[in-house]
Amino acid sequence: MHEFRVQVGPAAFRIGSRWRQPVEQLAALYADYPKPEIPDFTVRLDAPSLLRRFLRKSVAINGDFMLPDAVPLPFGQALLAAEMGMNLQMALGWRRHLLLHASAVEREGRALIMTGASGSGKSTLSALLGQRGWRFMGDEFVLLDLDSGAATPFPRMISLKNEAIAAMQVAAPAARFGPLMTATPKGDIMHMVPPVAAITRMAESAQPALLLFPSFGHLPAVREVAPGENFMRMTQASTNYVALGEAGFRAMTRFVKSVPARAIDYQTGDEAIALVERLWERLV
Amino acid sequence: MIGDAMVLVAALRDPATTRALDAHGWTALIAMARAEQLIGTLAHRLSAEPVPTQVSEILDDARSNAEHQKRSALWEADCATRALADYDGKVVLLKGTAYVAAGLRAGEGRHIGDLDILVAREDLPVVEAFLLEKGGWEWVKEDAYDDAYYRDHMHELPPLIHKDRDRMIDVHHTILPLTAGPRPDAWGLLGASVKPSPLQGGGLGEGESTASVGQLDSPPSQPSPQKRGGLYILSPTDMAIHCAAHLIADGDLAGGLRNLWDMHCLLTEFSTTDSDYFATLQQRATHHQLWPAVHRAARLAHELYGTDIPKEWQGWYRQDKWFIRRLTARDGWGRPTRKFTRLIFYVRSHWLRMPPAMLARHLFTKWRKAKDKI
Repeated sequence: MHEFRVQVGPAAFRIGSRWRQPVEQLAALYADYPKPEIPDFTVRLDAPSLLRRFLRKSVAINGDFMLPDAVPLPFGQALLAAEMGMNLQMALGWRRHLLLHASAVEREGRALIMTGASGSGKSTLSALLGQRGWRFMGDEFVLLDLDSGAATPFPRMISLKNEAIAAMQVAAPAARFGPLMTATPKGDIMHMVPPVAAITRMAESAQPALLLFPSFGHLPAVREVAPGENFMRMTQASTNYVALGEAGFRAMTRFVKSVPARAIDYQTGDEAIALVERLWERLV
Repeated sequence: MIGDAMVLVAALRDPATTRALDAHGWTALIAMARAEQLIGTLAHRLSAEPVPTQVSEILDDARSNAEHQKRSALWEADCATRALADYDGKVVLLKGTAYVAAGLRAGEGRHIGDLDILVAREDLPVVEAFLLEKGGWEWVKEDAYDDAYYRDHMHELPPLIHKDRDRMIDVHHTILPLTAGPRPDAWGLLGASVKPSPLQGGGLGEGESTASVGQLDSPPSQPSPQKRGGLYILSPTDMAIHCAAHLIADGDLAGGLRNLWDMHCLLTEFSTTDSDYFATLQQRATHHQLWPAVHRAARLAHELYGTDIPKEWQGWYRQDKWFIRRLTARDGWGRPTRKFTRLIFYVRSHWLRMPPAMLARHLFTKWRKAKDKI
């Protein structure tokens, strides 16, 4: 097993790989992150069979927490396999925070949280805002403290998909990018190293101040989301709400009661950023 | 590199052994405990031990998760009770759900997956109909061969899954496949079953430990009707016998370290409250044709977890070391090891389950179906 370790926000990972190359790619992308001594989670990139170790190599995503019918990925998508493995550990194993499937950025100690289905643009928006004066906190999970309600960053590699890849290469010419992976189950994917501040300040949490449900592809519009609807949508967007029991319920009700929520439609990144800034000005 | 899961066995047996672990050792121990679904149990065992900060956070997560599993398991049992409210036979909880319902030590931190219940065989159609029509459960897979196989040869119905809650229920009518060698007395299991004590953590009430065939449920300590009033658990002897049957006489020892920990806890707890426990257990196991399985499980528990068992039960059998090799076949990455030993036990599990001619027919049908799919 080739081994790689990384600390992302409060979570520590150990990634083992049957092959050297994925570990080297991870080490290059995560070069600025701390290396933990005792990991919270183990992810394994195994060969599905002895044959697939050498011929038409493919990667099975295993680890502490696994999905029974996960399909192996081609070897060229090993970085995506590692990302999916890390996400899975968090989604199924993390109990120290209420976990929201969302992206987040911070300004002046307050957090803007964005959630939505895949393709809504929450990841791209957080990456764009991270280039425009906001501190990037994460593009996959937001971790809400069960007692204080503060949002803790989880700034792993930004996972750019399809059109967002070219857009970010223009918006952040100085950033470091991983290899382009084409025709993955999620389309084309390229990883981007978050801005330095996102990594050096990853232990700094921020109080949630605004929640947005972005939706890409419609004329610009803003709609208020009432706490009731917000609650229903956020319980769907949380992977450990049920498992946390009463603590999860308390954290979730506090969140939807105290944080204003809006659904926004947009067609371009600039449009979205203008909307975000306007809402932030007005509501925060 | 740590060679096998003996480090996990040692930590469960004597939590103080973890004081010698370095970061590398802890990493391996945690990965192994998760892979063997023993992390909650380990967390419980280590709750009074000084451990590194990162480890204590991981163990806190595991305890919180075990609490959630216990809550969900009891909730599933509640749901089954409601679906079966009009069924007048006994519904006996088995395995993990039974342990937490009775507040037994075996349930502390235990991973609980499916809900397992035992009912009278002739009532299966009624129970099945209630679960499907009133409970909201449905068949996991519609496959005529598998369905017929379960109904003709197995000790349980084909698994049902709840359409909203995504949880499985296994409805048993005995504790071993009908095609296996031993024929446990299923009627006796039901007859001797008892109501779980309503005191969480209090174990079973007194006077319930003699489990002769046909004994009726014990009258004291009736839980209120809302609280699993219609539910029963196996008598203390039958519970250990079922645990041993599941571990030794059925299956390929996957999850064996956990099942053996159950055995350790059951034997320890029951023999503490009942001085005749071991003698009654041997008698009862013989009655169920499962004494060899119980004897072996007790010996293995004694060897690995240090379970206190009678002198006459101790001793060493040649094959025991193979069981131990299989039980501890796990490396510091949480990967299964010892492929050959695992294969032998896999083959053995089929051998135990059915006579050779039937096995050949079964494998041929499975092979033909797999071929048709491609």
